[in-house]
Amino acid sequence: MKIMAKSRTLYDKIWDNHLIQSENDTSLIYIDRHLVHEVTSPQAFEGLREAGRKVRAPEKTIAVPDHNVATTSDRLTNFGSEEGRIQLETLDKNARDFGIHYYAVDDIRQGIVHIIGPEQGWTLPGMTIVCGDSHTATHGAFGALAHGIGTSEVEHVLATQTLIQQKSKNMKVEVSGELGNGVTAKDITLTIIGKTGTAGGTGHVIEYCGNAIESLSMEGRMTVCNMAIEGGARAGLIAPDQKTLDYVKGRPNSPKGEKWDKAVKFWKTLFSDPDAYFDKEIFLRAEDIAPVVTWGTSPEDVLPITDSVPSPDNFQGSKVEAAKRSLEYMGLRPGQKLQDIEVDAVFIGSCTNGRIEDLREVEKIVKGKKVKSGIRAMVVPGSGLVKKQAEEEGIANSLKDAGFDWRMPGCSMCLAMNPDQLLPEERCAATSNRNFEGRQGRGGRTHLMSPAMAAAAAITGRLTDVRDI
Amino acid sequence: MEKFNILEGIAAPMPLINIDTDMLIPKQFLKTIKRTGLGENLFFEMRYDQNGNEIKDFILNKNHYSKASIIVGGANFGCGSSREHAPWALKDFGIKCIISTSFADIFFNNCFKNGILPIIVSEDLHQILLQDAEMETTSIMKIDLENQKIVRNNGDQLDFEVDEFKKYCLLNGLDDIGLTLKSADKISRFEKEYSEKFSWS
Repeated sequence: MKIMAKSRTLYDKIWDNHLIQSENDTSLIYIDRHLVHEVTSPQAFEGLREAGRKVRAPEKTIAVPDHNVATTSDRLTNFGSEEGRIQLETLDKNARDFGIHYYAVDDIRQGIVHIIGPEQGWTLPGMTIVCGDSHTATHGAFGALAHGIGTSEVEHVLATQTLIQQKSKNMKVEVSGELGNGVTAKDITLTIIGKTGTAGGTGHVIEYCGNAIESLSMEGRMTVCNMAIEGGARAGLIAPDQKTLDYVKGRPNSPKGEKWDKAVKFWKTLFSDPDAYFDKEIFLRAEDIAPVVTWGTSPEDVLPITDSVPSPDNFQGSKVEAAKRSLEYMGLRPGQKLQDIEVDAVFIGSCTNGRIEDLREVEKIVKGKKVKSGIRAMVVPGSGLVKKQAEEEGIANSLKDAGFDWRMPGCSMCLAMNPDQLLPEERCAATSNRNFEGRQGRGGRTHLMSPAMAAAAAITGRLTDVRDI
Repeated sequence: MEKFNILEGIAAPMPLINIDTDMLIPKQFLKTIKRTGLGENLFFEMRYDQNGNEIKDFILNKNHYSKASIIVGGANFGCGSSREHAPWALKDFGIKCIISTSFADIFFNNCFKNGILPIIVSEDLHQILLQDAEMETTSIMKIDLENQKIVRNNGDQLDFEVDEFKKYCLLNGLDDIGLTLKSADKISRFEKEYSEKFSWS
């Protein structure tokens, strides 16, 4: 008797390809790429040294400093703090001692780990990719299973090239229809989180699909998958298509010649079977998505820019207290129009929105205009190569002429581990991914939004509907 | 790793939902290259004012709860970044168990790797345990991992679920890498077949 293969999701297929062994609910999976940065790796390398272990697959391990690096031009000598300097030096030493791929601070290819993985062709469809950073979900845009791990797991992957995992459930988020004017990938991903809540994807791997997702560029898809973690899912995935192949082809570490042909043949099998089972399904119409901003201190606190600050009474259960606390922290009152909220700073960058397409969007809005006087506006390209390309395309000059501070690449003010920070009560329109209390500096107030919306806020000095610019 | 079997201690109530990893340990303390010494900065911004003085109202600053080893926390506990500094800080402070209705995935895993037991309970049980934690007299609980029981101060025993493998590792204080390396041959065989099939990877 012929046994019919069970219908599988994209996640199921990648999982099965990497499964080494499974006992009860605990599995051991093989890891294709391990990305490493300076903050979550020192204790892991120290653990290897203490146990006399080596890095099992140095050729699959890629290190880059990004969280701590200063984004000023004197950053090779100015580290912001002594501890920061030690952490950067430790990564440098570990990368050299253990013989792993390494992009040093003075290498033009240095940048945010989730920007340079795809840029250098390390990120390929169908792979398992991990990093000691929750925004590893970004790489899911290529149809790779990519997620964040803790430092103990970093050490485990360094030593064994495997990870102990329990399989997640499958969740589908389908966005169909045509996106309206001024609506971007960031608005899609924030709107999804607003709908599902920050725990909506917990225990799941999300597959994003539908023609609105397919219509996005690779940069846009990376923005969507990047914030799967803010929706509670460890990983987000998008099935690879021609756009994916076009992006990957010719990158320094992507396959060439015969290997490329073989890879493409395999990559074309990476999709969810039509009748595959999803444990949870969410549907959104692209036409219902507006340019959005966050008003609170959780990424689920999302509203269309045309709306007003909500009252805690609009919520139920423990969210009432949480909303009260958020409004107090954010210095906002219920009923206040979102477009009346004035900002002090604008931050454009991060692994969510630090790619070339994001900078082009910003240029479109600000070209020939000026940043409102008194506003601190900074643009931090996601990598040295993004920076170079933006300079060659004339974007850098347009932004500088408008009054933006054009910085060196790094994580910068997204998490403020480096000198780029908000002051207490300083309010920021940010293209990053988290608006938690203190995230961008103690007492700092973050409103998340798309690069176009942040650019609009820079010009008017308040949260602004980009469609009005 | 230290073994976890029976824990008897004070439970601190922290009903706020979405307690994130930036609250647990803010970024300025992530510059360390060690795993220890983070306890004094646990919940830094909630615990200390701008001048570095303790904020008296904060639960873990109250005399009784400053000795807590259990937190009964709000839903989606540990959301945010993958930083293992969060469980390191909790452990260094003396927290060995967290009870909530839900946890963020990465934080949940990171706890087990550091000898901390995160327990998921129903809304109803969570309410009961929160109320217990709020009264100093009833805030002492016993966690029996072997038998999967939370024992309230009045003697009531509440069952909880835990993954078999994670329980085994906690009870025996086992290090994952050592366990995985027992399958080293299997990994090598897999790797060989895999690299033949997916030659570009």
